[in-house]
Amino acid sequence: MKVWISSKEKKPMGLDQSPNARHSLQSRIPKNCHHWTLTRSEFPAVASSSKTAVNRRPNPRRPPTAYCCREISRLAPPNSPPDPASLVVAIPDSQTRPGARTLEEIQKKVTMGLVDSSGDLSGEMEVDAFRRLFPLRYYERHLAESIRPDGRTLGMARDTTLALGAVSSADGSALTKIGSTTMLAAIKMEVMTPSAESPDEGCIAIEFHMPPICSPIVRPGRPAEAAVVESKRLSDTILRYGRMESLDVQPRTIWLVFCSSGMINLKELALVSGKAAWMAYLDIYCLDADGALFDAALLSAVAAFSHLQIPVVSLNDKGKIVAFTEEGDTVGKLEKEAVNKEKRKLTLGNIPFSLTCALHKKHILADPSSEEESIMETLVTVVMDSSDRLVSFYKPGGALAYTSLVTDCVRLTRQRMKELEKILDEAFSGMEVD
Amino acid sequence: MMMETDRKDGRTPNQPRMLSCSRNILHRAHGSASWSRGETKVLAAVYGPKAGTKKNEDPEKACIEVIWKPKTGQIGKAEKECEMIMKKTIQSICLLTVNPNTTTSVVVQVVNDDGALLPCAINAACAALVDAGIPMKHLAVAICCCVAEEGSVVLDPTKLEEQQMRGFAYLVFPNSALSALPKGSSLVDGEPLEHGIITSVTHGVMSVDEYLRCVGRGRAACAKLSDVLRRSLQKSE
Repeated sequence: MKVWISSKEKKPMGLDQSPNARHSLQSRIPKNCHHWTLTRSEFPAVASSSKTAVNRRPNPRRPPTAYCCREISRLAPPNSPPDPASLVVAIPDSQTRPGARTLEEIQKKVTMGLVDSSGDLSGEMEVDAFRRLFPLRYYERHLAESIRPDGRTLGMARDTTLALGAVSSADGSALTKIGSTTMLAAIKMEVMTPSAESPDEGCIAIEFHMPPICSPIVRPGRPAEAAVVESKRLSDTILRYGRMESLDVQPRTIWLVFCSSGMINLKELALVSGKAAWMAYLDIYCLDADGALFDAALLSAVAAFSHLQIPVVSLNDKGKIVAFTEEGDTVGKLEKEAVNKEKRKLTLGNIPFSLTCALHKKHILADPSSEEESIMETLVTVVMDSSDRLVSFYKPGGALAYTSLVTDCVRLTRQRMKELEKILDEAFSGMEVD
Repeated sequence: MMMETDRKDGRTPNQPRMLSCSRNILHRAHGSASWSRGETKVLAAVYGPKAGTKKNEDPEKACIEVIWKPKTGQIGKAEKECEMIMKKTIQSICLLTVNPNTTTSVVVQVVNDDGALLPCAINAACAALVDAGIPMKHLAVAICCCVAEEGSVVLDPTKLEEQQMRGFAYLVFPNSALSALPKGSSLVDGEPLEHGIITSVTHGVMSVDEYLRCVGRGRAACAKLSDVLRRSLQKSE
């Protein structure tokens, strides 16, 4: 933030009201200036009340951002429109983005619009400061032109990349990035005894972790509330249920489910009916939380299951399942055959894909970042599977949604589904080539 | 021709269970209500507004806190999810700027769970908020609709029906407004205010058309339910 609040200069700067004042002020301040300078012309409230922030040194222990924000909000009360006379335009270096040119035009228009509206040069504020202090108005100015501050159109999702096999020690893994949101999913397989009610079905345990690395609001110790909720929603989406029981086996909660026609058929995870079946532990770690966590987590889980290679096992003499080694021990062990030599990969049924949208007045923003999610209160997550059925329409509270909005969200999700299917196919064909 | 499903307790597909609602049952709580639909019964209590907001919450608005107590067992992920959904629903119906920097706690105790638990809890919480006098824009009326195998929509399932059906949706709508203005004047997108969905949580798979049919049926049922609710709240003044 480059807002200037005065420190050591007793003499007020920039008293002249000429249009060139801004430029002269800027040229006098060195590039990496750590002091904050305030001019009397910029904040007339300061000029009137003498003993305010003009000559105070910023507290070195307090972070400068917080200080500036507090001072400005004290000087210019938030309810009155500050209407800064001009904005220093920071044009992002994003020439390759499709909306870049329009974004520059918008920011120039914002600048000129503000200069025209308020006659006096009562304030000078940078784009960043306006964005932090009045985020909703900053966004609404962009939404009026049907564009978002990062250059995307309203229905466009962020760049998505997928990397399979990110964790080499796991049986299946995937690293997904949607914009900055990063998720790492890994699957470990273990043999267990199936329950009496479902002797030829395996089991899957899904856990979603949000370590403190992902976001400044998550602290070590208690798991973030969002993590618990996302964990449950992922379990519900990936494993659809007919009858459901839950067992608490420390510390994991394991859901024994019957899968009707969901993505994964638990019968494929069986080994020896009644005696042995696979238990798959799917762990998803959020490495960077920048909005649309459920979308990224679901995509990484789907990719990890597609990448999964079930380890080859065989039955040893005592009737226990052991890992199959091909070291060629000859004597007496030739009859030990792999129990599941042919069945190494899971066949996935209808794959679910999801899209989170933020709703604000009449606008629908697809794939919001964390900044957009924090400003806009209404979020809708639509999950559809590849056979065009609605798996989930999740809208917890927020503004009222009418039928037109429901159909628009579904339409955006269908578009996104096609993009994601293409990305998933490309990732797999790339892997098979290796 | 689609056959109407015969339900085990003899109801028609469009018929919800017996409803009973009572307010002011707990004397220490600032507001309390009990709501039961057939065998499903939920008790809600509201304490507030209390001073101060929780950490990480906006002090310029009132904060809502929901505590969900299951009938048996420890609090797990399902309870946390229900708490979050209820908190967001209540936040969207309350006027949060009237009492800034305060916390209102809503405690929900499940007395019996026989299907459609979350809608029952939302209705109970709403009645308890009215009993406590928390300022709200409008009430929230919740219903559960499920989709049977052949695609017909069934209202207010029992727990057994929920498990057997292909999918179900919990829907929350605002209550219908009694207004002196002429009918068409307050339409949004050509639909009256009570057609908007506040909250929707679906489980299971259904087609988009089936979901929209659920929403339509849910709206009609909620309109009737909000009349019943209004009469019951006015009566026990």
